[in-house]
Amino acid sequence: MIKKKLRDSGLKGWLYLLPAILFLGFFMIYPLIDVFVYSFEEAYNSASQTYMGVGLYNYSYVLHDPYFLQAVKNTFILVIITVPLSTAIALLISVGLSSIRPLRNLFQTIYFLPYVTNTLAVGLVFMILFKKTAYSDGLINLFINWFGGSSVDFIDGPYWAKMFVLCFYTIWVVLPFKILILTSALSSVNQEYYKAAKVDGTSQLRTFMRITLPMISPMIFYLIITGFIGAFKAYSDAVALFGTNLNAAEMNTIVGYVYDMLYGDSGGYPSYASAAAIILFAIVLTITCINLLISKKNVHY
Amino acid sequence: MEVVLKNLTKKFPSRDRKNHEDVIAVNDFTFEIPDGKLIGLLGPSGCGKSTTLNLISGLLKPTSGKIFFGEDDVTDLPPENRGIGLVFQNYALYPHLTVKQNILFPLQNLKGKDKLSKQEMLEKAYTAARLVQIDELMDRKPGELSGGQQQRVAIARALVKMPRVLLLDEPLSNLDARLRLQTREEIRRIQRETRITTIFVTHDQEEAMSISDMIVVMKEGLVQQIGKPQDVYDNPINLFVAKFLGTPPINVFEGQVKNNKLYIGEDAVLDIKDTADQQVYVGVRPEGFTLQEDGPLCCSLSGVEIMGRDISVVSTNKASLNPTVRAIIGTEYKVNTQQPQVRFTLKPSKVFVFSKETEERIPFEVREVGRWEN
Amino acid sequence: MEKMIDYSKIEKNAKARKTVINVITYALLIFWAVIVLFPFYWMLLTSVKSYSSYNSEYIPKFYTLSPTLQNYVDAFTTVPLGRYFTNTVIFTVVTTAIMLVVITLAAFAFARLDFKGKNIAFVIFLSLMMIPNELVVITNFVTITNLNLRNTFPGLILPSVTSVFYIYLLKENFEQIPDSLYYAAKVDGTSDLKYLLKVMIPISKPTLITITILKVIECWNSYVWPRLITDDENYYLVSNGIQEIRENGFGRENIPAMMAAVVVISVPLIVLFLIFRNKVMEGVSRGGTKG
Repeated sequence: MIKKKLRDSGLKGWLYLLPAILFLGFFMIYPLIDVFVYSFEEAYNSASQTYMGVGLYNYSYVLHDPYFLQAVKNTFILVIITVPLSTAIALLISVGLSSIRPLRNLFQTIYFLPYVTNTLAVGLVFMILFKKTAYSDGLINLFINWFGGSSVDFIDGPYWAKMFVLCFYTIWVVLPFKILILTSALSSVNQEYYKAAKVDGTSQLRTFMRITLPMISPMIFYLIITGFIGAFKAYSDAVALFGTNLNAAEMNTIVGYVYDMLYGDSGGYPSYASAAAIILFAIVLTITCINLLISKKNVHY
Repeated sequence: MEVVLKNLTKKFPSRDRKNHEDVIAVNDFTFEIPDGKLIGLLGPSGCGKSTTLNLISGLLKPTSGKIFFGEDDVTDLPPENRGIGLVFQNYALYPHLTVKQNILFPLQNLKGKDKLSKQEMLEKAYTAARLVQIDELMDRKPGELSGGQQQRVAIARALVKMPRVLLLDEPLSNLDARLRLQTREEIRRIQRETRITTIFVTHDQEEAMSISDMIVVMKEGLVQQIGKPQDVYDNPINLFVAKFLGTPPINVFEGQVKNNKLYIGEDAVLDIKDTADQQVYVGVRPEGFTLQEDGPLCCSLSGVEIMGRDISVVSTNKASLNPTVRAIIGTEYKVNTQQPQVRFTLKPSKVFVFSKETEERIPFEVREVGRWEN
Repeated sequence: MEKMIDYSKIEKNAKARKTVINVITYALLIFWAVIVLFPFYWMLLTSVKSYSSYNSEYIPKFYTLSPTLQNYVDAFTTVPLGRYFTNTVIFTVVTTAIMLVVITLAAFAFARLDFKGKNIAFVIFLSLMMIPNELVVITNFVTITNLNLRNTFPGLILPSVTSVFYIYLLKENFEQIPDSLYYAAKVDGTSDLKYLLKVMIPISKPTLITITILKVIECWNSYVWPRLITDDENYYLVSNGIQEIRENGFGRENIPAMMAAVVVISVPLIVLFLIFRNKVMEGVSRGGTKG
């Protein structure tokens, strides 16, 4: 009797959805609304949970905070360098991978390893490789010395040296995913197109530019779009290399700024954190929209 | 351009881990394809016909043997230097390029002194397009075309460089039945107009028979028979070829030759001479039966299918290897469907005898005994 | 039309070009493989160098003649690496298990059941996929703090037990199971829940395994949320643990011991990957991104 009623009203479906709705409502939808509320509440005090007024002060504070501006600058540099470079390298490697038979599986397995390693843990290895200490100049500096250069401290030294390591490590970390996507995109191109091109005497470069690239262009754009989104959210790579006090290292990212505002040495300001997070979201949204517009124009099919 | 294949052999390494013997896809293929003809490579799937085509195109290298285009030995030449046009089974049209760009594509690869001006390229592209009658579709993309139109674009792209040899891989298999009829006529017409030596691969015997100047029947890498379609049909060299050609297929019976008589089961169907006694297979084309009340071959009648032009008599016979015996007779005959049995005489020219051991054809001559022949 | 072409020359050129391209390709691939593998090699190597020999190498050596396991002992005794490890295993197992239940039920509702408002609910679910974690983490942090759940497992686990993306993935998979199976089960009087358990889950096992593996990787490597929500060493996960070790453990300079800890942390996932290589790669290409 009760069972029948349940079915008729369609309550049963909602019952199955209930756990998901509860969790999502509590940890996603409510916070999503709340973060906007926070960002407009001025001088919110997390201990007393009171605030003084409503307005744009939080945004103005964040936008005038030199740490935030530094973080924005770092993030943009990181994005502009790593997204095109990692996509290009991934493309090069994937094309190489698809053109060989022997050892292909081995290479694929090796290239995928960074994906399954703990970013923080391997970051520590990178730090050791690049760091110059009183005891040792580190391995990378050893190579630089071999080629006649002088040692640089990549971890505590000049800005661009640090930025170089950050970019290098970021590319190292994001490459497995891109190689994987591009190799599977390349292998899904019908082999007959290549045979047809070969019979027509098409040069390899032309085959690549006129056939391969257009055919996998949807996947390339997918990678660029997700690459932008991912790079704008960079944080743990930087922590792994430079430690938790990123502001001091001048290597903070926007996400890092958000978390620092929330918690940490300078933390306790959820309002500022919210404002910064929303600014980040706005930037990512804008760039993603621009990317989508460009890809609509350029992706074939 | 005549194409000469000399002892062409292609082996593939075995994929089976237990059995390391190479798979022989094409075995010792020798054939001289005359200039300007349309040749059909015919056989069931896995018979090596596509491999042969790929060897001629240069996409595969032969294990041994030689290929000549006219005087030139092209055996080791890469495909682009052979001067061939190749049409793929599913056309391989570049989906992101328009029809015009697809046809122009091979021309834009030309380098050095062969390089053409834009104007020349366009002229050639339009000539090829007009030849296959798609010059109105030049600005569409392949995705917007029907299967038949895509096929024409593929042919135009293969023809635009005026190849020495045109190769077609299963050109009709992706089309529906009506388009297939139309397109095969089209291929015939284009081939006649261009006079380019054309080789196409098909598993559909009707298709091969209808348009080829010559057909090559293959089985498991070995060439079975080469000849004009009608000759091969009328004079199959072995049981395989006889069974492979013809719709409806040939009827095959267990039989024997004894005392200069040819038996199907217990029925002595033909008087022949000078043939040794032995167990045989007897193949009878569906059109080789004549309905006759006192005919020697007796079958149990299962039904009659009237198909307008002629009548198909379906019956069963204990000696038949096929589940039913199908005879096609003219509409002038009336068949009483109530009767349990039918009797036939056989037309000797439509009867083939094959050795039971080797399945090779055994020629025979009919002994005249005054029996009235139809 | 007929031209004299030197065929043997064309042939030779083609062959030579092919060889050159092959050599370049392999060189490139090997180069990148070395870059990928080198950090792993270096961390293994350093982890077996003794503290004194490591510090005496002003110019780092590429090998060691006296490997030692002392660093591994230190890693487990000097810092509570064992505890970090146990915490992470508990966190990973519990989070993944709860998530599997939640998403299976939700995916079943979307794929199989009919109820009012299903379509609207699904659209809302889909739109949630676009919400970046960074936006919601702030409130969640405040919520968990206010609930006094900091430094507890519920506080660590609860916010990450649902994933809209995995619900979507599983729903797509469920929908490929033919309706006729459902009707046949209904005719036999099977309840919905039993049908889900006995038919749908076994059929969708490959997808569920993929989701499990991806979630395990995600949990094992999660850093940001645990960092926000724990400041008691007893609740650190490996990522936070390694950061703690780096900043405070061993004395800052005991790099070999740190590397031993890094090896211990990295090995489980690498082993998991090598076992389920194809599953992992297939799963990631179907919709994983890093993080």
